[in-house]
Formats: sequence, structure tokens, C-alpha cells
Amino acid sequence: MYSEKVMDHFQNPRNVGEIEDASGVGTVGNAKCGDIMRMYLDIDENGVIRDCKFKTFGCGAAVATSSMATELVKGKTIQEALTVTNKAVMEALDGLPPVKVHCSLLAEEAIHAALWDYAQKNGIEIEGLSRPKSDISEGEEEEDY
Amino acid sequence: MIYLDNAATTKTAPEVVEAMLPYFTENYGNASSIYGIGAESKKAITEAREKAAKVIGARPDDIYFTAGGSESDNWALKATFEAFSGKGNHIITTKIEHHAILHTCEYLEKYRGARITYLDVDENGLVDLEQLKAAITPETILISVMFANNEIGTIQPIKEIGTIAEEHGVLFHTDAVQAFGQVPIDVDEMNIDMLSMSAHKINGPKGIGFLYIRKGVKIRSFIHGGAQERKRRAGTENVPGIVGLGAAAERAAATMNERAEKEIRIRDHMIKRLTEEIPQCRLNGDPVKRLPNNVNVSLEFIEGESLLIMLDMKGICASSGSACTSGSLDPSHVLLAIGLPHEIAHGSLRLTISGETSQEDADTAVDAVKEIVTQLRGMSPLYEDFAAGKRRSLIDG
Repeated sequence: MYSEKVMDHFQNPRNVGEIEDASGVGTVGNAKCGDIMRMYLDIDENGVIRDCKFKTFGCGAAVATSSMATELVKGKTIQEALTVTNKAVMEALDGLPPVKVHCSLLAEEAIHAALWDYAQKNGIEIEGLSRPKSDISEGEEEEDY
Repeated sequence: MIYLDNAATTKTAPEVVEAMLPYFTENYGNASSIYGIGAESKKAITEAREKAAKVIGARPDDIYFTAGGSESDNWALKATFEAFSGKGNHIITTKIEHHAILHTCEYLEKYRGARITYLDVDENGLVDLEQLKAAITPETILISVMFANNEIGTIQPIKEIGTIAEEHGVLFHTDAVQAFGQVPIDVDEMNIDMLSMSAHKINGPKGIGFLYIRKGVKIRSFIHGGAQERKRRAGTENVPGIVGLGAAAERAAATMNERAEKEIRIRDHMIKRLTEEIPQCRLNGDPVKRLPNNVNVSLEFIEGESLLIMLDMKGICASSGSACTSGSLDPSHVLLAIGLPHEIAHGSLRLTISGETSQEDADTAVDAVKEIVTQLRGMSPLYEDFAAGKRRSLIDG
């Protein structure tokens, strides 16, 4: 069902973890639907993404797309990171089964959400970046996502 | 490989295969033919029918071979609806039936004007007999409640349901695909009018099953054509399949008590280890009114498909009720019906053992689950929040 690349990124996910005092953190997805991705970015003073880590609750494709997304944005400028679309993530993984395409969309949204958080924290506006869809709410228990 | 998905299908037993083989290349005659090898086939079918009937205390003439559980379920529901349309259009079933029942009911509702009541189940998956009684109306023509659930293993109070059906003059069908050969069944004692069975769940071949139809229940043929199966199910008999079903039924009945005892011991050992050794893990389904071979747990903060892939990498075959394995965005309807929140339903794991599963296999599987759960929780943002005190466990409350 999955390509070799997807299986590789699922079995050996790159950049799993957290970044302390991250420049930006974004969490997207919905536990009800079975996918949550959290992306941590460490951005230097030149606006280059020095490091990127993730944590994901989800299926094999969700883990693999998160892993690939971190690989694709690492070392990139913010503007370059914005060009990492779900399509780019999917292509880099040699494709996804049709029912799993939403996982790649989630990966793109996770990057955007982390960049949005960075922009908010620094009071800046990033050209081409709009407020991410906040579909992570799970009702009254929701706290600080 | 450790195969723990016996509710999905089972290994065809070598003696079953052996019993079937002559009917491919030697006694390949059509059972309707007059010559020797045709008569051989006919005799083999008769014997298989007797073996199958004996397991459920039925008359052999009331066993009608079909292509399996789904066909049997479709036949029972659609033909009953058609035959009794003069009496009423109401069918009572449950929210946790197999899709062969649920989707057939939805079809009858949408295209044929049926009214369907889907009974709730409690947190262990049991139907409420009072709710059943209250649901019966003068228009009710059929009650269809599965004998035992394929996902969570819960065994329904079938005898009580049969009594209620009889008292109200309503026909009673049960999908016994998971229960046949696993737990004792007696169609007379339990007042069962129709019963669906599939051979591949009891170490028989795939593509063969039967529908038991009590004598006097006048429902029409579902497949029209030749005069096979006393004119109620056309099509040249799948003789090797039928022979395999008979052999598997006989084998299952002969080994049932001993096998159940062993399976229950291993089942309960696995449940104990999983729920005691893994934090935020709960058992799904009734702890006692449960199929001997079924273990089903929910593991919080992780998702089922990831778990299955990682188990597969360790050579362990299992299944899950997560959305990702159902091909939709919703997790299993059974897990939702017993009241599990979506988050917990996504992290479900079903391990269904067989008579061949050893204690060692069981321990290897539990150890693997423990290791994988730790690994997956290590990359789960939900677990990160839980560990940081920002999220409550839905299992621990």
C-alpha cells in the first residue's frame, strides 16, 4: 500500500522530538479524526530554519509526511519553506495512497502553523502566509494549542 | 510469523484440505448428475450437511449452503422482508452488527421502504432486552442480532432474545459467523429461526457458508436458477467447499471445549498483561461474556494503523478499529457504539488467537505491543501533552 520511501520514513522517522524554546510551534489536525501533527521550528536571526522537529499522532502516512516535511524545510529560509506544499511532500515520498492525501495536507498546514506562531511571537508579517486553519479544537478541554 | 487475526480468517486445517482434495480432481462430478462420480458428490454434500447441522442441533434439511456469511445475511434479511411485507416492514437489529447486516438494512431502508430499529448496546457491547421488547411493534417481522461480535467478542444473550422473539411471534435471525464452532449453539433451545455461518472462520475454506432456515419459515430463494439446495439456492454446488465446511464444522465441534479452555486461559493472560503493564490501556468488550479467542484493547495517545504496521514488521498479524484501517474518517462503528470517544477508538488493537496460539506466542505479542506503544507514544503530541499535565487521560479519567 505504501511506497518504500513512506515505509522508510515511517520506520526511521527523521527529526522526531521537541525543540526547547522553539522559535515557532504549530499543532494541526484533530485527534477525533486520528491525526495530529506538531511542528517545532528553530529559526535564526537571518530567517533561516536551523532546525525542525516534529511529533505526530497518526497513521503510517501521517508519520512519514511529517518526517519528510521536516527534511524539506530544514536549512530553508522562511520564504522557501512556504513553497513546501503538500504536493512537494507527496512527490518526495514517491506518492501516497489516495485516502492518505490529507496527511500531506496536514504536513503543509503544520509548517504554516509553526511559521504563523513564529510571526506572532515576533510581531512580524510573513508574505503569503495566512492564519492556519485551527481545526485542532476538541471542545472545552482544549487548552493551549 | 505469529498470526493473531483469526477473527478475520483462519488457516485452513490440513485435514480439511485433505478431505476436499478428492473433489477437485477425482470426484469432480456435478451432484445433479446420475452417474457414479455425480452420486459421489451428492453423497459428500449430504454428509457435510449432516455434520454442519449437528453442531447447532438443526435438521440437516434446514441447512442451505451459500457462498458465505455475507450472502447468508443478505438472504435472511432481504427475503424475510419480501416474504413478510404483508405483515409489516419493521426490522430490529443492533448498532454493532457486521456490515453485511447493517448495509443490507440501510439498503432495505433506502430503497425498499423498510423501517429499521438499531438497538443500542451498553459499554460492554450487550443489548438491553427491555429496549428490545419495547421496540417490537405489530409491524415487526424480524429481529436480527449477532451471536457474538467480530470486533470486541461480546456474546449476546441469544436464548433470551430468542424467547422474546417467539413470545411476540417475530422471526429471529442471528449472524453466528464468529460464534459457530467457538461456543455452544442450539437452534431449538435458543429459538433461532435463521442463522448465518461462514466456514473460513473455523479453519475451513473461504467462499462457503450456510444459512440455517427453520422448517416452516417461508422465505424465497435469493439466487434463482437450478433446483439445488431444495430449490432455494441455485447454482452448481461448491462440492469441495461444502466438504471442507463439513470437515471444519466437525473438527470445530469435536475440539470446542478443550480449545475454548486453552484459548480463554491465554486470552485472559494477554488481557491481564496488556491492561496491567501498559498505562492508559483498557479492555473493550465484556470481560466474561466474550468469545474465547478475542482480545481487544484501546491504547491511548497512539493510532492503530501505525501500531499494526510496526507489529507486522515484527511478524505479528493483528487488526485495529482505527479510521485508517476502515478506509473512512470514522473509527469502528462498534467501538463508537460502546461509547468510546473517537480518540480512544483510533487506538484500538484486536488480537484474535487460535487453538494453535501458544502462551509463548501470546507473550511475544504482548511484549511487542508494549515496546511499540512506548515508541509511538514517544512521538505522539498527545502523549507529550499528557506527560506535561496539559491533557487528561480519557481512559484513566
